[in-house]
Amino acid sequence: MELQLFGIGILTWIVFIPIVGVIIVLLLPEEKQNAIRSVAAAVTGIQVILAGIIFKNFDRSMLGINDASSFQFVEQFKWITVEAVPWVGKIEITYFMGIDGLSVLMVILTALISFIGVISSWNIGKMVKGYFALYLLLVTGMMGVFVSLDFFLFFIFWEVMLLPMYFLIGIWGGPRREYAAIKFFLYTFVGGILMLLVMLALYFSVAYTNTATGETIHTFNILHMMNPANYVEGSILYGVDTTWRYVAWLALFINFAIKIPLFPFHTWLPDAHVEAPTPISVILAGVLLKLGTYGLLRLSFPIFPDGTIYFMYLMAVLGMISIIYGAFCAMAQDDFKKLIAYSSVSHMGIVVLGIAALNTQGMVGGVLQMFNHGIITAVLFLVVGVIYDRTKKRGLNDFGGLANVMPRYTGVAIVGMFAALGLPGLNGFVSELFSFLGAFDSFRWITIISVTGIIITAAYILWTIQRVFLGKSPDEYLNLPDLTAREMVAFVPLLILIILLGVYPAPAIELMNSSLSHLVELIGNGGN
Amino acid sequence: MVENILNSIGHFYPEISIVVTLCAVIIADLLLKRENHTISWIFLAGLTVTGLLVLQQTGINSSIFHDMAAVDPFAVFFKVILIIASFFIVLFSIKSRELDPYLSRLAEYYMLIAGMLLGMFLMVGSTNLLLIYLAFEMTSISSYVLAGFTKRALKSAEGSVKYIMYGAVSSGIMLYGISLLIGITSATDIYGVNAALAAGIEQPIILYIAILMIIVGIGFKIALVPFHFWAPDVYEGAPITITAYLSVASKVAAIALMIRLFKVSFMDAGSVQIIGDWPIFEGLNWNMLLAFMAAMAMIAGNLTALKQDNIKRMLAYSSIAHAGYILMGFVVLTDEGITAIMIYVFLYLFMNLGAFYVAMLFSNKLSTESIEKYKGLGYRAPMECIAMTIFLIALTGFPPTAGFVAKLYIFGAAISAGWIWLALIAGVTTVISLFYYIRVVRNMFFFKSDGISEPLVFDAGSKVILFLLLIPVLLFGVYFTPIIEFARYSLKMFGM
Repeated sequence: MELQLFGIGILTWIVFIPIVGVIIVLLLPEEKQNAIRSVAAAVTGIQVILAGIIFKNFDRSMLGINDASSFQFVEQFKWITVEAVPWVGKIEITYFMGIDGLSVLMVILTALISFIGVISSWNIGKMVKGYFALYLLLVTGMMGVFVSLDFFLFFIFWEVMLLPMYFLIGIWGGPRREYAAIKFFLYTFVGGILMLLVMLALYFSVAYTNTATGETIHTFNILHMMNPANYVEGSILYGVDTTWRYVAWLALFINFAIKIPLFPFHTWLPDAHVEAPTPISVILAGVLLKLGTYGLLRLSFPIFPDGTIYFMYLMAVLGMISIIYGAFCAMAQDDFKKLIAYSSVSHMGIVVLGIAALNTQGMVGGVLQMFNHGIITAVLFLVVGVIYDRTKKRGLNDFGGLANVMPRYTGVAIVGMFAALGLPGLNGFVSELFSFLGAFDSFRWITIISVTGIIITAAYILWTIQRVFLGKSPDEYLNLPDLTAREMVAFVPLLILIILLGVYPAPAIELMNSSLSHLVELIGNGGN
Repeated sequence: MVENILNSIGHFYPEISIVVTLCAVIIADLLLKRENHTISWIFLAGLTVTGLLVLQQTGINSSIFHDMAAVDPFAVFFKVILIIASFFIVLFSIKSRELDPYLSRLAEYYMLIAGMLLGMFLMVGSTNLLLIYLAFEMTSISSYVLAGFTKRALKSAEGSVKYIMYGAVSSGIMLYGISLLIGITSATDIYGVNAALAAGIEQPIILYIAILMIIVGIGFKIALVPFHFWAPDVYEGAPITITAYLSVASKVAAIALMIRLFKVSFMDAGSVQIIGDWPIFEGLNWNMLLAFMAAMAMIAGNLTALKQDNIKRMLAYSSIAHAGYILMGFVVLTDEGITAIMIYVFLYLFMNLGAFYVAMLFSNKLSTESIEKYKGLGYRAPMECIAMTIFLIALTGFPPTAGFVAKLYIFGAAISAGWIWLALIAGVTTVISLFYYIRVVRNMFFFKSDGISEPLVFDAGSKVILFLLLIPVLLFGVYFTPIIEFARYSLKMFGM
């Protein structure tokens, strides 16, 4: 499948069109704030349209994962090629992009959340130009990670996200923004360095032979790294179940666990969320966290199937702790944003538990949960943003009775919260169910304990609804305006998805089913 | 004899051109008015001619003046770096306000730079132990004086004196090591040394002592831990142009000298491919020693930099840390390791000079080098601050900047040779380095300036220089094939 526009592939468009936006934004004068906002909205809007085209043309039956020929919308060009030299052979870094069932949902999610983030950034008035330039750069980084099939490219996009995020939290954030920004930066940078070392070790271990010329070529191509036959004998990652392969798996895992974030690497998240401006929280919870689990599925699992099987219990246990611990922490919060931050830890734990099961049900559940959680937390952070915009407060005990004051707002919020709680008929239920079903097959007791997390979740969410929306509202909030048209624009598409995927999840599951079954099979066969 | 000298002179034009430039500067000083930068432009012209002559030498691989020095791709590579660095330093000097009170002594300033450059040119090419020492001293003595050039500034004088004291002791030790080496091998050119060592010597312990002593001398020049104590004071005291020059040029020259000396004289020609397997060094775990020094440099440099408030001092410690990263390639010392070093120093040149340049621009306007005083600058001089951010994240090693490519290759060399623990230390210290580099960025952007908000305006010339440094940092970050090809091509040394 190939789609091109002006001779440039659709994936290049969807990744780099925000960069075009950055350039236009930088050329516009600072005073033309609305023009700048419109450019950002237009650019991310185009991304949504492109994502729609991808969704429509995506072939649901193709496998992907480790088979280059069944990736879709593939673009592959030479980027850095250093001719053969006696001691290392030829070096190749390629501009290699493509999507399969694993990444297609993430691409759609990124486009959608980015667009909604722009809409909810509309009333940011401080240095609008810088804000949107960094925002669009961040979008390019996120989108790039999801479509890269070359480790080098993947790594560059991965790191490109950090700096814009650092500035977005650090300049536009709340009172403790510096602390939160540097904490986020340091945590993720540690992970990045670990990934860099693994990437290099893989690079020196993997070489394929070009059948036409007979040259041995070292490569960053992720698909070549998945093939055990490509490992050079005697190299550091050669073999199966070796110590170095376990170490490499763990290093990669720590990187992704920081991003997910999985207990005990989660402490940066509450700080970052609380200090970040609303749209950035939306991006952070909606897309950035998914990069962690996506990285596990795209890199760790197929490249190190031996390590994955060896450490599957570790993943499951950490997932379980995240579910329970995150839920308890959420219950203890007075700050609305912190509550959602910890609920994210809890919900991402379900993803990890699901994918660690290493069966199709669990994986489908996990990936679907990634998508659903992205949508749901986006709604929840927008809900906080709305009330924070109006009152500059977000303490759970500051409000009460908002249901009478802002009925439309309350309706939206309650749908989002019930989805987070896992109410049947809304999207969260489907994916959580699949994740737990898959996990139950693989680890019975861990799953049973984990499921109690749902009850705690129900408790803190109902309690939150009670504290914020029910009861009697304080006098100063009796005249709060309800949702504006612009805010509705941000909410409506997300609500539609929440309900639609709740009653009819098939379109999303169809997208990834064949790829994920293939991935499960691949791990089971040790990469062959 | 005469024929050899005549032929050799044919390969000696760049050095001759530097001497001519030096003389031209002196004559210009006698004839011209001294209150402007005419001399700078004359010097720049001289450098351009020298640069062109260096480019003429590409492809030549020969020995000159009876094995005194080599003109080979390896030397040419480093000469190109030195010329680029010198070129930028002259441009910096033209823009520097710090040198304004000394305009009448500008000829002296350039004379010393020319002397230093000549010394460094000889350092990267010399293949004779005596010439090595001469070149080394020529560079050192010029740099002692340059470090104290703004002699009315107390710190400058202090730094200069410290530099001389340390320098004199360590070059004395190095000279002793060289004399021991000559004594046991009865050869002064490094090929002869290699032949004598390969034939076997009776008392290897003397050889080891000689090698350690030579490492002390070179380590001083590169500011390796534990020979680095001079660096922060000298870097802080010296005029910022000279600090930038010392942190790049003299370091690069000493690294080139070290590589050539070790590879040609101590390595068995047959064992180039084999990691650390040098028959001559049997019994001395030399690469463990160097790995330890590299780790020390990375840890000490990065940890000490955390506490600094003076930007020059901070960059001084950061450059100590970078010497540690470079030394990682030296620990490996396969062709891969040396290529990584060459790529590293080439890219380091631009990002480090860039950081110093922006620091100089700010110091011109604000008369301060304190990082705390950078608060809110991001809103007063956005373009310069964005450039500074890019230089600093490049120094950290972030993609998509050139710094990432440099780190990638040096880490890669260590990993492919199995030095995982060293690569891990390098990784951890890189994270530490993020902390102090990003502190500058944080001060520039996360704070409002204290009451002052009028923009800092820089002239077009300053901006052009900024872009000359910025473009390579960004360009080589995404497309680095040319620099890698250049480095691989330049691996060739005469006699290897």
